[in-house]
Parts: sequence; structure tokens; C-alpha cells
Amino acid sequence: MVKTAFKYVFVYLILLLMYVPIFVLIVFSFTNATYIGEWAGFSFKLYVDLFQSKETMISLGNTIIIAIISAVVSTFLGVTGAIGAFYSKKRNRALFENLNQIPVVNPEIVIALSLVVMFVFLGNTVFKENLFSFWTLLAGHVILSAPFVYLNVKPKLQQMDPSLYEAALDLGCSPRKALSKVMFPQLLPGILSGFILAITLSLDDFIVTAFTRGPGLLSGDNAIETLSTLVQAKIKKGPIPPELRALTTIIFLVVLITVIGITIYQNKGKNKPKRRRF
Amino acid sequence: MRFSLQRKQLCIPYFVFLILFVVIPILFIVFYAFTDAQGFFSFDALVSFFTSTKKINVLIQSLLFSVLNTLICLLVGYPVAYILATSKAKFNYVVVMLFVMPMWINFVLRTGATRDVLTWIGLSGGEHPYIATLIGLFYNYLPFVILPLYSTMLKLDKAQIEAASDLGCNRAQVFTKSIWPQTIPGVVSAAQMVFMPTMSSYVIPETLSEGKIVLFGNSIYIGFSNNQWNSASFMAIIMLFLVCLSMLVTRNYTEKDQEGGSSKW
Repeated sequence: MVKTAFKYVFVYLILLLMYVPIFVLIVFSFTNATYIGEWAGFSFKLYVDLFQSKETMISLGNTIIIAIISAVVSTFLGVTGAIGAFYSKKRNRALFENLNQIPVVNPEIVIALSLVVMFVFLGNTVFKENLFSFWTLLAGHVILSAPFVYLNVKPKLQQMDPSLYEAALDLGCSPRKALSKVMFPQLLPGILSGFILAITLSLDDFIVTAFTRGPGLLSGDNAIETLSTLVQAKIKKGPIPPELRALTTIIFLVVLITVIGITIYQNKGKNKPKRRRF
Repeated sequence: MRFSLQRKQLCIPYFVFLILFVVIPILFIVFYAFTDAQGFFSFDALVSFFTSTKKINVLIQSLLFSVLNTLICLLVGYPVAYILATSKAKFNYVVVMLFVMPMWINFVLRTGATRDVLTWIGLSGGEHPYIATLIGLFYNYLPFVILPLYSTMLKLDKAQIEAASDLGCNRAQVFTKSIWPQTIPGVVSAAQMVFMPTMSSYVIPETLSEGKIVLFGNSIYIGFSNNQWNSASFMAIIMLFLVCLSMLVTRNYTEKDQEGGSSKW
């Protein structure tokens, strides 16, 4: 009994340590002091500052736009790629799997540099202009996430009953209808988890963004600033700006609510299909 | 037959995308690594890399940091995952979720927070760059170790473990003869999640050591920001080579895991 308690003390101690930096930021987001460790009385001023800070709002907007667009594109590519590869000849499928695996194992910084080098070369020799823009950034983010969408959809394809699609065709569905009415619903859990993963990968990215960005989006003529690049530029010079402590609290709450939501949703899913199937 | 042809064709857009933005860029890296500024074939980048003690030191230092960080993460993550996967408490998956949750908070922000807290308690990167960087790396990569270990350990064959102890193994032997061999695929994939990413990390060493520690990722970044495409490309090639090497070394252990991997999702 004492032993199990001791085990759990170890687990919870590590868990607590993991959260120390975040909790410290959250606590000091409720006081208007320049440095953490200083307490200048309770106040919500940093939250007001946060929403008045134009650069933070612009970078947040950029981050969200990029995350959504890149997740939609990578979900489209990953899902169609997984379906297509699954029904290809074995050799082609193996080739496709290997291609898809390259960005998964390749370090982010190598992916980013390879793209930059290509864009620089094409910009210098073929197009004679600076290619860096939102589109180069988008290509980078899609490479980061599409392979993971593919990997999330693939097992769902393997689990699927192949005769269902054929039954739909026999019963008069057009191939397109059979895809959307029979295959798609069965793939949906994989597609959704792939989509969420794509969003989180894009939100968190720094290296690819810093390498491949150009002017555009809400940043206008300046290089696109996302939350990651903005925070990195700030913490290079000094401590985290006070208003970003308030942002941490908000992000933490959003993540917490999302995690709780997903956990509840997954548990529902765990219990229900078993009963529904029969 | 006509229908299966149509489904096959769905992969064309992704295939084109992979060729355009994954394969061709890597060819560009190879091209830049072995040409000079005028675009002529040369070994300049290679020679200047291997003759520069500074760059070799960066490589060795990065390898050391990667090994250390992987070991520390495994040392802490293994028991945590084992306790969570084998004890009977009802809400263990919630605890695993809690370990993973920080990953969803912007990692640059988390890194900055770690540094500010370390500075507050007197472990600033300016004075203790090595310790601060290691703490930052550990803090960032621990969840990546716990997840694969946890999912491997959920599949542990408990009957075999019990049989081992019934047949006279002491606790250490139970571990070395039954538990450890069963968890090797998890350990390998956990190590893969940490080792190469540590080497190629930029933000963490840059922030936590306040610019004092340069890992391989940093030096590629420096090459990028100074437009030194040839030397940066050559370092990327070394990175790619190390990735291939680590995959070759771990191949025999992970294949088993991949076959069983379909049930994981």
C-alpha cells in the first residue's frame, strides 16, 4: 500500500514539475509587474494590455489563419493520398509509403532548409523575384502535417470492410457516391484526428515558419509574424513580455477545455459503437 | 476494374505534392552541398566542415546533448509510463493526458517560461548554460517519451511476468528477462522521438543558454540567416545521414512495432 502511494508520489511530482513554468506564468498574469517573481497587487491589466497589443493580435490572427488553411489542405492531400495509395498496386503503395515517411523522419530544420534552398534557387534563376510569401509558408506547413494525416487515415482503411464499398456499387451507387456515403463515414474518425493533429502541428511550428515566410496575410508588407516567431523574437531580447503571460492563461484554458471535450467524446465513442453494431 | 482505377487516382495530388516539396528540395540540398557559390561542383563545404574544429565541436556537443537528453528522458519516463500502464487505478489515462497536455501550449512560449522560471530561481542560462539547456530539453521531450512507452507497456504480457517470478526470478531478473525485452520497441521509438529532434533543435538551446550553446540545429539556422546556402546544405546532409544511420540501427526493433502498430490507432 505504502509502495503504491510512493509510486504515485513520484508520478505526480514529475507531473507537477512539468507544469511549474506554465503555472508560474498564469499566477503572474494577474499582477501588473514587469518580471515574474515580482507581485504588484492583483489586477487584470495584463489582459487588457493583451487585447490592445496590436502585434500580438496580428500574430495570433496569422497563426490561426495558417493553421486552419494548412490543416484543410493537408487533410485533403493526406486523405486522398491514403485512399489512393491503399488501392494501388503493392509496389506503388510501398513507394508511396516510403515517400510519405521522408518528412516524418526528416528533422524539421532540414525540411525547412531544403524548401528555402529550392525557393531561393527558383527565385534567382527562373522567376527572377523573391518567392517568399504566404504560399511558400503554406507549402512548408502542409509538408509538416499531411504525412501525419495520411498515417492517421491508413489504419482506418485497413480496418474497413472492403465488401461494403462494392456492395454500395452493386446496389446502384456511383463511385463518387460510394466514396462519400460509404467510405467517408468509416474514415471520419481518422480524418478528424488527422485534422486536429495538423492544426496542432501548425500552431506549434517555429522553424519552418521562420525559414519559409514572406510578406503577407495580416502582417501586410512585413514578413508574416506568427505567435511562435513573435515570442521567439521577444524572448531573445529579454523575459516574456507581461501581456503574453495573460495569453498563456488563455491558451491554457482553451487547451484544457479542448482536452476535456476530446476525452469525453472519446469515452462516449468507446462505449457506443459496440452496442450499435448489433 | 474501372472503379478501382478511379480510387487509385485519388493519390495523384499528394504524390505530385510530395515530389515537388519533399523530393526535389532534398535534391536541391544535395546540389548546394556539393557546389560552390558560383554553382560549380566542389567539395568546399565538405572540406571546410571537417577542417573547422568549431563545427566538429558543435557536432560532438550536439551528439552529447542528444545522448544525455535521451537517457534522462528515458530514465524518468520509463518508470512513469510503467507505473501508469500497469497499476490498476481507474484514471491513469487522464494522467497520461495531463503529461501530454503541455505539448499543446505553444512550445516557444513554454520554452520562454522555463527560462524565466529558471532565471528566477537562480539557474539562469547566462551562468549555467549546460544545466539550463538540459532542463529545457528534458522538459520539452519528456511527453514524447512517455507516450510511446505507455502504449507499449499497455500491451505487456502480464502472465509472462508472473510466470517469470513464479519460476524463481528475483525482481531484477523479472525486469531484465521479461519486462525489458517486451518494452524494447517502445524504448526505441521513444529514443527516436528524442534523439534527432534534440540535435536539430534551435529554440531551446538558443533561449535557455542565452545563445551560449550552439547545437547542430543552431548552426544550420546561423547558416540560413547569413545566406550561406552551401555550408548550411552540407550540415543538413550530415543531419540526413545521421537520420538514415539511426533508422538503420533501430530497424530490427521497430519493424515488429509497426506490424502491431495498426491496432494502436
